[in-house]
Amino acid sequence: MDAQSTHAIDLQKDKRVDQLMGIVLRSGVLLAATIVAIGGAVFLERHRLPVADYHVFDGEPTQLRTVRGIVGQAWEWHGSGLIQLGLLLLIATPVARVVFSVGAFLYERDWTYVLVSLLVLGLLFYSLFSGHG
Amino acid sequence: MTTLEFTALIGFGSLLAGFLGALTGLGGGVVIVPMLTLLFGVDIRYAIGAALVSVIATSSGAAAAYVRDGYSNIRVGMFLEIATTIGALSGAALALYLRVSIIAIIFGVVLLYSAYASFRKESDVSKDERVDRIATWLRMDSAYPTANGLTSYHVRNVPLGFLIMYVAGVLSGLLGIGSGAVKVLAMDQAMKLPFKVSTTTSNFMIGVTAAASAGIYLSRGYIDPGLAMPVMLGVLAGSLLGARVLAGAQVKTLRIVFSSVIGILAIEMIYNGIAGKF
Repeated sequence: MDAQSTHAIDLQKDKRVDQLMGIVLRSGVLLAATIVAIGGAVFLERHRLPVADYHVFDGEPTQLRTVRGIVGQAWEWHGSGLIQLGLLLLIATPVARVVFSVGAFLYERDWTYVLVSLLVLGLLFYSLFSGHG
Repeated sequence: MTTLEFTALIGFGSLLAGFLGALTGLGGGVVIVPMLTLLFGVDIRYAIGAALVSVIATSSGAAAAYVRDGYSNIRVGMFLEIATTIGALSGAALALYLRVSIIAIIFGVVLLYSAYASFRKESDVSKDERVDRIATWLRMDSAYPTANGLTSYHVRNVPLGFLIMYVAGVLSGLLGIGSGAVKVLAMDQAMKLPFKVSTTTSNFMIGVTAAASAGIYLSRGYIDPGLAMPVMLGVLAGSLLGARVLAGAQVKTLRIVFSSVIGILAIEMIYNGIAGKF
């Protein structure tokens, strides 16, 4: 097989992978937005009081800034917990895309880029789980 | 103001921002922070947290379409994401130590640059056929769809592009923006990628860059659900609407108007930062 046709096959493989990747991204955003919207409805239903003062920064309570806390709050059907859960899913969407890339490059036996994607994935996990940066 | 009124106002403002951002290609994220801080008096840290989340939503949504159509260069994007994620981590760490007024001033300067960059002409595809060693080793050369079918292109200056991408990452982590303008600068100007490939690959990378800093912002308590909810849903809906209108829209005048608005907001951010109003 000459170099030209190998390249053509590469491009075709890429195309299928690209389409799948598009689906991963789109469904992640859609799911996240739906959960945020449900959380928003619950939140507004229960917050008839005057708006919180966002001029003063005091940070979110612990149960709204850790994965465990957020899941717990969402489980108890708190509006703010549900919103944070949706946002957590949104943050996870690009991460899922990188996980997907690792798989796609493995499938193409492109070892350089398997390494590159793993490195990016490692950096993302470091930021998400190292705690307080 | 009740919570419902406040949410509706922020949601509408974000919808408009997302709509104009998608139409003009400037992105909705850039105006969210000035809107929240200058108009609604929100603390800049909360504003940055909310903007960061909306950036992930719009870039992932749009990236899905571009990737499918074969514009984005996935290899270039993946490789440069090493630089942007390290940058985003440094930027988010830096945000802890810098005074809010300094962050506001840097924000204003970057905003001014983004407004200016939106007027830059699309550069032509480089006809330079010399082979770049690093780009070849990383298999970055590719092809993209044009009016004349698939057109191939060569990638150059990988180290310089990598360095500029690190800066883009720092700005993204520090300011909660996608810093698309700086990313396009790295790929279009330094690495000589075709303009359309640069903008779509930049979009593809923005989600991962923003996710790196969003994780840190969330665990630090900078992301408030009551604020992030209307911002994220508003910007997302607005940008989907904008993308739908985009086909056949005359955006030149709109781009001038939107860029001028951004320019004014930038100057106000810088002024307020210097006057210590944050």
